[in-house]
Amino acid sequence: MSVRHTFSREFIVERTWPFVLDLSIAAALLAAFYAIIWIARFWFSSAIPEVIIQRSPSHLPLYAFYSTVRIFIAYIISLVFAIAYGYIAAYNRRVEALMVATLDILQSIPVLSFLPGVMLAMMSLFPSRQIGIELGAILLIFTGEVWNMAFSFYSSIKSIPRELHEACTINRFSAVQRLFQLELPYAAIGLVWNSMVSVANGWFFLIVCEMFPVGSRNFRLPGLGSYLQTAASNGDTHALIYGLITMVLIIVLTDQLLWRPLIAWSDKFKFENVESADRIQSPILHILRNSNVLRYMHRRTFEPLGEGVYRYFARRQDHYVAKKEEARRPARRRSVTLVMLFAGIGVFTAIAVAAFHAALLLRHIQTHQVISLLEGAGATFLRVNISLLLASLWAIPVGVAIGFNPRIAHFTQPLAQIAASFPATALFPVLLLALMNRGLGLGIGSIALMMLAAQWYILFNVIAGAMAIPSDLKEVASLFRFRSLQRWTTVILPGIFPFLITGLVTASGGAWNASIVAEYFHIQGKTLTTLGLGAQISAASDRGDFPTLLLATIIMALMVVTVNRLVWRPLYRLAETKYRLD
Amino acid sequence: MSEPIIRAQQVEKFYAHPSENRIQVISPTDLSIVPGEIVALLGPSGSGKSTLLRMLAGLSRPSGGEVLWHGQPISKVQINVSIVFQSFALFPWLTVLENVEAPLVARGLDPEERRHRSLKILDTVGLDGFEAAYPKELSGGMRQRVGFARALVVEPEVLFMDEPFSALDVLTAENLRSELMELWHKKTIPTQSIFLVTHNIEEAVLLADRIIVLGRNPGHVRTDFKVTALAHPRDRKSQAFTQLVDYIYKVLTRPDVAPAAMPTLAPGRKIRDQRQMRYEMLPHARPGGIAGLLELIIDLTGRDGSGRADIYRLADELGFEIDDLFPIVDAAVLLGFLRVEEGDAVITPAGLLFAESEILKQKEIFRQAAVEHVLLLRQITRALNNKNDHTVPQEFFLDMLDEQFSEEETERQLETAINWGRYSELFDFDAGRRRFILPETEEAAPSVEETE
Repeated sequence: MSVRHTFSREFIVERTWPFVLDLSIAAALLAAFYAIIWIARFWFSSAIPEVIIQRSPSHLPLYAFYSTVRIFIAYIISLVFAIAYGYIAAYNRRVEALMVATLDILQSIPVLSFLPGVMLAMMSLFPSRQIGIELGAILLIFTGEVWNMAFSFYSSIKSIPRELHEACTINRFSAVQRLFQLELPYAAIGLVWNSMVSVANGWFFLIVCEMFPVGSRNFRLPGLGSYLQTAASNGDTHALIYGLITMVLIIVLTDQLLWRPLIAWSDKFKFENVESADRIQSPILHILRNSNVLRYMHRRTFEPLGEGVYRYFARRQDHYVAKKEEARRPARRRSVTLVMLFAGIGVFTAIAVAAFHAALLLRHIQTHQVISLLEGAGATFLRVNISLLLASLWAIPVGVAIGFNPRIAHFTQPLAQIAASFPATALFPVLLLALMNRGLGLGIGSIALMMLAAQWYILFNVIAGAMAIPSDLKEVASLFRFRSLQRWTTVILPGIFPFLITGLVTASGGAWNASIVAEYFHIQGKTLTTLGLGAQISAASDRGDFPTLLLATIIMALMVVTVNRLVWRPLYRLAETKYRLD
Repeated sequence: MSEPIIRAQQVEKFYAHPSENRIQVISPTDLSIVPGEIVALLGPSGSGKSTLLRMLAGLSRPSGGEVLWHGQPISKVQINVSIVFQSFALFPWLTVLENVEAPLVARGLDPEERRHRSLKILDTVGLDGFEAAYPKELSGGMRQRVGFARALVVEPEVLFMDEPFSALDVLTAENLRSELMELWHKKTIPTQSIFLVTHNIEEAVLLADRIIVLGRNPGHVRTDFKVTALAHPRDRKSQAFTQLVDYIYKVLTRPDVAPAAMPTLAPGRKIRDQRQMRYEMLPHARPGGIAGLLELIIDLTGRDGSGRADIYRLADELGFEIDDLFPIVDAAVLLGFLRVEEGDAVITPAGLLFAESEILKQKEIFRQAAVEHVLLLRQITRALNNKNDHTVPQEFFLDMLDEQFSEEETERQLETAINWGRYSELFDFDAGRRRFILPETEEAAPSVEETE
C-alpha cells in the first residue's frame, strides 16, 4: 500500500495535473475527429475546376490546414511503403541488389517532372471528384518523401547484430513479433531523423504542386502554396508576409509538437548499453506519457489488439510446424512458386510495354531539340555547381565558427534545423520580386534560388561536424601555434569532411530539384525563363509536350546518377575510411 | 546410457567457394547431448565452437550430415532449447520483464500466465524488484541474469550457452557460475542438459561433466571425455583439478600431436593438415607483442635459466585469456623464436638474441626470420623486388590467399602480413592505392636470394 499524504500539497497537484492534461488531450482528440470529417467532406465533393484563392489572411488557417493534411497523409503512406520496401529488400536475397539499385535511381529522378503525367492520370481515375487532384498532389509529395526513408530502414535491418536475430529465432518469434520487438525499434532512430528530412522535402514540392498549368488547364488546390503563389503573382506583399509567417509557424509547431517528442521518445531505442547524459527533453512527450485518458485508451485498444495478433501468429506457427510433416506441402510450394512466376512475368511485361511506348514517344524528338536539351543540361550543371560552391563559401566558415563555440551552437543549431526544413520554394516568389525590382534576370536569379534550396544542408552538417571534432585535436593546434591555413588544412577540413560530404550530397540533390522551379517562373502574369534543363522540363510540362518532358527527365536523372556514382560515392568512401573520427 | 536429446551425425560446415575450393569450417563430426549432464566445448578461436553450437541448436543448417532431436530431424520438429549469449542479446527497448516475457508471447501464452512465470523466474535468478528497469540501467552481471531468466523462462530441455561469462568481470562471472550450479544441482530448473561453449579451461573443468576439445583448420573433435574424478562443488586448488587443467592445456598447445590416453570420438578420421596447405596461417600477433612475450619469459626464468615457462602460468601472469596468448605464442613459434614442449614455452637461441637486442637489431633479426619462415612475406618481398616500379597491388595476394582462407580471414591475413612487413621494413603499404611498395631507403629491403 502506498502512503496517503492526506493534506500534503503535492497530493493536490498530483490530482489536478492529470485532470488538466486529460482535458487538453480530450480536446485534441475531438479536434482531430472534426478535422477528419472536414477533410472528407471537402475531398469527396465534386471537383472544383478552378479554385479561387482568397488573399485575405482570414483564409490562411484553412489553407494551412489543407496543406498540412496533404503533407502528413503523404508522409504516412511513405512510411508504410518505406518499411515494406526496406523489409523485402533486406530479406529477399534474390531481389535485394535490384531493389537497392532501383532506390538509388528513383532517389535521383527529379520529382517535379512527373507532375503533369501524375495529375492527368489521377484526374482520369476520379473524374468527378476533388479527391483525384488531391491524390495526385499527395502521390507527388510521396515520391519526394519515400526513398531516403526506405533506404534508412533497409540499412538499419541489415545492421542488426546477429545475436539479436538468433535470440528471436531460438525463441520462435513470429515475423510480426520480430517486426515490432526487433526491427522497428532498431530502425526507429534512423526513421525519425529521415522523417524530418522527408517532410521538409514534402513541403518543398507541395508549395509547387498546389498550383500549376498543364497545357491549357490550370490546376489549383486550396493551400498554402497556392496562396503564396497567388500573392506573388498579384504583387501583394502583405499577403506574402502573412503566408510566410504561417509557414514558419507550421514548421516551428511541427518541430515542437511532433519531432522533438519523437526524438525524445526514440531515445529509448538507442542501441547502446550506457545511459547517455544529455537527452532532448520534450514537455509534450511528458504530457502524453502521463495522460490517464491515453493510458486508458492504450490499455483498452492496443494492448488487447497486440495480444490477439501475437497469439494468432503464435498459433499459426504451431499449425505450420505440425503441417510440415504432411506430404502436401511441396505441392503447395510449387503452386506458390508458379503464381509468383506468373506475377513476375506479368509485371515484367507491363514494364516492358510501358517502356516501349515511352521509347516510341521519343521518336518525335528532332535532333536540334536534343542539342538544345544538352545545352540546357550543361547550363544547369554549371549553375548547380556554382550554387554549391557559393553556398559552401559562406556556410563552411560560418558553420565552423558556430560549431566551435558551444554557447552559440546551443541556440543556433535548432534554428539552422528549422531553416533547413523551411521550404525554399516558399521563398522563391519573394526573392524573385526583389530581383526583378533590381532589374536582375533569372540567369543569375536562378543561382540564388538554388543556393536558397541548398545552403542550409551544408550549414547544418558543418555545424554538426565542427562540434564533433575532439577538443584535444583543437588543443594540439593551439599548442603548436598552427597558422590559420595549417589549422584549416590539418584539423578543421579533415575533421568536418564526412559531415561536409553528407551536406554536399543532400545540397546537390536539393539544387537539382530546385532547378526545375528556379529556371522557369510565372510571376505577375509574366513567364521568366533562362537557358537550362530545368526550364526546359517546366516549359515542356506547361505545353503538355510529353516527348520533350520525358527526354529531359531522362537526361537529368542520368546526370544526377552519373555524378553520384563518379563523384559523391568515392568521396563518401573516403570519408568513411580515411577521415573517420572514432 | 539414456537416450540422447540431441544427436549430431556426421555434421559438417563448409562454405562453397567460386573457385571449386570449398572452405571447410567444421569437418564431419558425431556428437550427442544426453540428459543430466553439462557438456563444455573448448577450443581455440577459429575452431568453430559457436558454429557447432548453432548447428546443434537448430539455428544454422549443417552443410552435410544431420542433427536429430529425440531421433527426429531437427528442422522438422518443434524443439525446446534456449541460448544464453555472450553479448546478452537483450532488447534494450524492452524492460526486464518484457524481455523475459517475449519468448512466452511468441508461444501464445495468456498475459496472466506469462506474468506469473516471468516473475517466478526473475525471482529465481535474483532480479526481484528490477522488473521495470531497462537493460541499459543494469550492470553487466545483472544484464546476464536477465539473459539467463529469458533463456530459462521457457523451461528448455537443453540450455545452450555461448561464452556466457566472458563479457563479465572475474568476480561477477564467478558469482554467476556458482549460482547457476546451485540451480542445476538442486534441480530448481527443469533443464535436462546444459551445453556450454567456452575458451576458459578452468571454467570448463569447474562446471562440466563432460569436456569436448576442438582443434582447428578445420574444426574437429580432438578429445571428448567425462569428468568423473571430481565431485561438485569443485575445488580449484585440488590436485585432480589442476591436473585436469594441465592436461587440457597440453592438448590445446600441441595441435599437431594426438592427445594421449584420452579416447577420440572418431579415430582414424582424416583431418586436413594445415601443413598441406600452401600458406601457413599467420597468427594475428604484433611484433611488439612477440618481443614483449619473449622478454617476459626471460624475466620469469632468469637469464641463465632454462628459458622454459609454463604457458598456463604465463597467461595467468599477464592476466590474459589463453585465447589471447595463443596467437602470440604461435607467432613466436612460427618465427623460430620459441618452441612448445609439453605445455611449456621454451625460448630458442634466436629468440634470446631477438629479445635482448636493441630496436634496430631487433628489426634486422625479425626481418631475417620472417623471410625465412613465412612464405607470404617472402613472396611479397620477391614480387616487389622483381617489379620495375617496385609496387604490387594488394589484390594480387588477395586472390592467392582467397583460395585457401575465407574472405574475412584473407583480409586479416594480409593485415597481419602488412603489420609484420612494416615493422621489419621489408615493405610498406599504401592504403590509399591499396598497393604494396618498397620503403624509401634502398638497403631496408634485403635481397631475398641472399637469405634463402
